[in-house]
Amino acid sequence: MSHILLRHREIPDIDQIQVYEKNGGFDGLKQAVTKMGPDKVTEVVKNSGLRGRGGAGFPTGVKWSFMDKNNWPHYVTANADESEPGTFKDREIMESNPFQFLEGVAIASFAVGAQDAYIYLRGEFWQIAEWLDQKIEEMHKAGFLGDKLFGTDYSLRIHTHLGAGAYICGEETALLESLEGKRGQPRVRPPFPPSFGLYGKPTVVNNVETLSNVPLIITHGADWYKSMGTDDSAGVKIFSLSGRVNKPGNYELPFGTTFRELIYNHGGGIIDDRPIKAIMAAGASSSLIVADDKALDTPMDYASVRTLGADLGSASVIVIDDTVSLEWVINKTVHFFRHESCGKCTPCREGTYWMQHLTERIHQGEASWEDVQLLKDVATQMQGKCLCALGEFSTMAVVTSIERFEADFKAATAKHGARA
Amino acid sequence: MSLLEAYPEEIKKILAKYPTEHKRSAVMPLLYLAQRKDGCITKETMGDIAEVLEISETEVASLVGFYTLYHDKQEGKYRMQVCTDMPCALRGADQFLEALCDNLGIQVGETTEDGLVTIEAVMCLAGCDKAPMFQLQGPEGIDYHENMTVDKTLELIEALRKGDKEVGK
Repeated sequence: MSHILLRHREIPDIDQIQVYEKNGGFDGLKQAVTKMGPDKVTEVVKNSGLRGRGGAGFPTGVKWSFMDKNNWPHYVTANADESEPGTFKDREIMESNPFQFLEGVAIASFAVGAQDAYIYLRGEFWQIAEWLDQKIEEMHKAGFLGDKLFGTDYSLRIHTHLGAGAYICGEETALLESLEGKRGQPRVRPPFPPSFGLYGKPTVVNNVETLSNVPLIITHGADWYKSMGTDDSAGVKIFSLSGRVNKPGNYELPFGTTFRELIYNHGGGIIDDRPIKAIMAAGASSSLIVADDKALDTPMDYASVRTLGADLGSASVIVIDDTVSLEWVINKTVHFFRHESCGKCTPCREGTYWMQHLTERIHQGEASWEDVQLLKDVATQMQGKCLCALGEFSTMAVVTSIERFEADFKAATAKHGARA
Repeated sequence: MSLLEAYPEEIKKILAKYPTEHKRSAVMPLLYLAQRKDGCITKETMGDIAEVLEISETEVASLVGFYTLYHDKQEGKYRMQVCTDMPCALRGADQFLEALCDNLGIQVGETTEDGLVTIEAVMCLAGCDKAPMFQLQGPEGIDYHENMTVDKTLELIEALRKGDKEVGK
């Protein structure tokens, strides 16, 4: 099957505006603006079953329909902060198929009546921002952005905005704070961005991959999109595959593809043909999946992955083989979350700090089994108490590793046994 | 020279992106300009930014402290920031960093004797499938270098020393 999002793999010059146009580019935008109107666009996206690709999986069209119509102006913000360890899909879309993403931003903006849209990119994507600025300029010149699009009254400008190295800005309210020129710290929710977003105005925040699906949904229709994937998870997903596999990379596949097919058929299997041990399906925020036959044959969609006691999240599949100990894995993930905790709420700020002390001690072989229990205790106590998902996510790998890979922690603490 | 004197056109362009009543949004792009001007963000440029945006200097400084890509001290001319997060580490990033430091005779966080390159370990850069990888943060911006080896990296450092940044990519 040819790609829907990573179309540059079949059409290498699709980053050129003429080539994009020749391949159906901007048909969706034109159709939306000149023929459909905002409500119909939202309806089609709702019916397509498209869900947010940033990790939460919230239905996109439903989110658009929540926009408060008594409060103006409206804004659209594309979340291009891609910072989850193991995730590198949005980058490929923006680098290689930029117009499809930008067209998605434009259609979303039209659907919610926004005349200014911001693309919030992580600061490291400095070159991608310059590249997108060029592409935005080309769209202006070709009449796909700017004043009075296609002779209608609708006008739209798209701006890029660079973050500066903070994972937390991928959280939508932290992103908005950052875009307002403040420290990127999450807001208390509710209110949610569709009622109180950028500058206090109704705002849609959508992930890059989510938006990139929209142009083809508009041109081919909701039924076409729903014909791919599963009932619960319609369409295609880019799976970022990394870790101990022979061919890491982005693979665009229908939802419902099994872990086995991704890892062994597409990813070329495990390095040195070692046995697979564990899978993290949602980057560093994952619950650890024991990679037995049942797990490998599980379809990758939101509902099925949940039956394994894990989440699909942004579908950043990190593969761990038998050469790796899970205490090493969580020491890495906890270091990450400790570093990225924004410091606003106490359970996360303090919890990640103490978890790091414990995982580091376990990793150095200086811990006893009681320390492992204490670590699990700290993690469990953080759950349900943090202001945003970051704190919660930091505990996932910790708790599930200790529960599901106990032997690794027994081995790491064998020297000290029970503390006297 | 103040920031406004150094980059009048750029500042105008940046401010035009945001609603006039919310010009504070321009603080992050202006901090990048300040860093381009002096290699790091100085107290003077923080003052310039505060003045342009009509916010307090303390608020500007709090952003410099919060975001990791802003630096209030000049280290090496280039910062070589190696991702050692878990997915990269599963593909040898820690060993790469250690071997690189051994070759340069410095520790992580230190700068080569000639002040050219500071080696740092950083969190995920969205290049997990192309490890070992790093970003090179320098006066002109940020470049990604992926699927790297120690030899290729040493070659790049040599090229930087001679002023040629394109080698070793």
